[in-house]
Amino acid sequence: MMTDTTNQRFSRRTLLKGSAALAGVAAAGKLSTFPTPALAQEPVTLRYLSTAVNQSPAIAAKAGEDLGINIEYIAVTTDDVAKRVITQPNSFDLVDTEYFALPKLLPSGNIMGLDASKIKLADKIASVIRNGTVDGKKVGLDGTAPAEVLYLPSEQATEFAGEETGFLTLIPTTYNADTLGIRPDLIDGPVDSWAALLDPKFKGKAAILNIPSIGIMDAAMAIEARGDMTYGDKGNMTREEIDATIAALIEAKRAGQFRAFWTDFNESVNLMASGEVVIQSMWSPAVTAVRTQGIPCKYQPLKEGYRAWASGFGLPVAIADREKDAAYEFINWFLSGWAGAHLSRQGYYPAVLETTKEELEPYEWAYWYEGQPAEQDIKSPDGKVLEKAGATRDGGSYDERMGSVACWNAVMDENIYMIRKWNEFIAA
Amino acid sequence: MTKTLEAPADAGAAPQDKRRDAAAGRVRRTSWTPRWVAYAQAAPMALVFLLFFVLPLVATFIVSFWNYTEYSIEPAFVTTNYTDVFYGCFSGGSALCTTFATYLSTLKFVAIVWAATLGIGFTVAYFLAFHVRTLPMQITLFMICTIPFWTSNVIRMISWIPLLGRNGLVNETLVSAGLIDTPIEWLLYSDFAVALALIHLYTLFMVVPIFNSMMRIDRSLIEAAYDGGASGFQTLTNVIIPLVKPGILIGSIFVVTIVTGDYLTIGIMGGQQIASVGKVIQTQINFLQFPIAAANAIVLLAVVLLTIWGMLRLVDIRKEL
Repeated sequence: MMTDTTNQRFSRRTLLKGSAALAGVAAAGKLSTFPTPALAQEPVTLRYLSTAVNQSPAIAAKAGEDLGINIEYIAVTTDDVAKRVITQPNSFDLVDTEYFALPKLLPSGNIMGLDASKIKLADKIASVIRNGTVDGKKVGLDGTAPAEVLYLPSEQATEFAGEETGFLTLIPTTYNADTLGIRPDLIDGPVDSWAALLDPKFKGKAAILNIPSIGIMDAAMAIEARGDMTYGDKGNMTREEIDATIAALIEAKRAGQFRAFWTDFNESVNLMASGEVVIQSMWSPAVTAVRTQGIPCKYQPLKEGYRAWASGFGLPVAIADREKDAAYEFINWFLSGWAGAHLSRQGYYPAVLETTKEELEPYEWAYWYEGQPAEQDIKSPDGKVLEKAGATRDGGSYDERMGSVACWNAVMDENIYMIRKWNEFIAA
Repeated sequence: MTKTLEAPADAGAAPQDKRRDAAAGRVRRTSWTPRWVAYAQAAPMALVFLLFFVLPLVATFIVSFWNYTEYSIEPAFVTTNYTDVFYGCFSGGSALCTTFATYLSTLKFVAIVWAATLGIGFTVAYFLAFHVRTLPMQITLFMICTIPFWTSNVIRMISWIPLLGRNGLVNETLVSAGLIDTPIEWLLYSDFAVALALIHLYTLFMVVPIFNSMMRIDRSLIEAAYDGGASGFQTLTNVIIPLVKPGILIGSIFVVTIVTGDYLTIGIMGGQQIASVGKVIQTQINFLQFPIAAANAIVLLAVVLLTIWGMLRLVDIRKEL
């Protein structure tokens, strides 16, 4: 339970004033043992709300060491992050949520913009997030692309700004391009298209996400790749498109295409590692997790491109001054390199590439970002060998992977209708 | 049981008193305890019920008539949530609507699990009550039945997965024994897996009340049946089963209500491919559609209450206790 500790909270300014007064008092030689709140004050704690995937104990430990800030993780599922922001806005100090949740989070008025002038590296944030380009070339912007929901006209605005402003909705923490994960040892022949997800060849051995907003996009990628239909915008389907997509999914389900559905990162790892499933839409760190168990798993690049996602830090409107200062301090630290390098070793991409490069070993940078063969064994953050020397990253370099993004995770205008149809699919 | 229930409480004794008093033609109190004490004794539980059961239920009922958007719920009085729950159910199409299909699937599991737990539970209880001779031994064996319940039911459920999987213990054993060539697929993430896990989890809920009822059967009744020339089977059907009906009913209520509302077991063992009302509600809550989730919850509650009402019509549980 949260107890209200407002009366014990001090901004840095009053803290300084307090210590100056104390120094004066001490110099005068009086009351040197008088207990003061400034000395008794505990390190500030930030309650960090996000999915379990984004919560690395090492980052919390390192932040505690460097900044003296205590990070308290609150781990919930993707859907629950959004639910909690809307229903319990006082229960966290920092939220790490996906950009696609913004169209429903922002109108609630529970999160506020981040002041770009307080973020040192704001203008160094990767261009794919800032304006949807990689190396000067536009990527696919179907769905809720971060570039479309990044700016706010003012700190407490509840609508997005059309152009670049001084207030950001979320500061990116991690982003990536998702594709199908496969077990190359259990699959014959090449897989090069999203259509493989619904290919009867993998009957009873495919899986799909039971997070409707993401699952339906994977299905749409597969259906479009199969040549059944083309979508206007896969991230914002019409009712007819939703009906057709769900009908195709129901047909595949009745034919026994799917082994299981999953909602949680760890479920997808278990399905793949146990061999229950040989092909499924996966998240990059899940592939890494399967590989660290010594089981071959490939993050297969596909000709139609990737479904991208991006996640970032947001601030609750109700945040207290002391926590707000600490949050900015933590975000600045997060962008300064160490955290970026840590996340890169799990296969994520970080907000600021320049500082990450400084923190990574040159051979690591070459493997993770330039698509070059590993000069030495590639290790995960906890020191386990991920790849032997000579291996190259699935999908190649940063520019190749992020440059081939076809669509972004999204919440549709017809979301309520879509969920009703999705429940129909589950019940079929 | 009857005596311990009624003896200490004034409220419990009252109806009998009244009957006796009515015969005597005047009101006479037999207890020294003031009348309000009974209410005071019942008050804490009543308060807990009011706060944590009645109020949330009323709130759920009210919210089920509200409007909602992606990020807010608004007080209103609309019935669209209920029409959405039954969307397509009465349009006369050949396919079942989502809600009916979901309830039908749930009903199927209720029937399978009820029949299986009743069969197993009755047999286990019968063995404990009539074949084990000494009380210490009965208690020991009964305790052994409860040992699996010392762990969380999620763990008991998940431990089936490595056993039943495609490369699981059962399949590997069968393949290496040469009984089958390719692994059996329907062992996991199937109706079978769901039914198996549910039966495993809830059989004890049948054993306990049936065992309790059996222990209270007067042994001389059974002897009398034998003396009267009844066969073992006739004793079972004419003496034992009628006398353990309340136990069977209580066990059935437990099993039926739990299985109707279950979505965790169905989700995990069914690979999330099998619908359950709980899962539908969960999806809607995750997408902040509280009013329609509330409407679904009210419908589910109505179905469960109807079932219990129907079961109580079969056995007058108050008379039997």
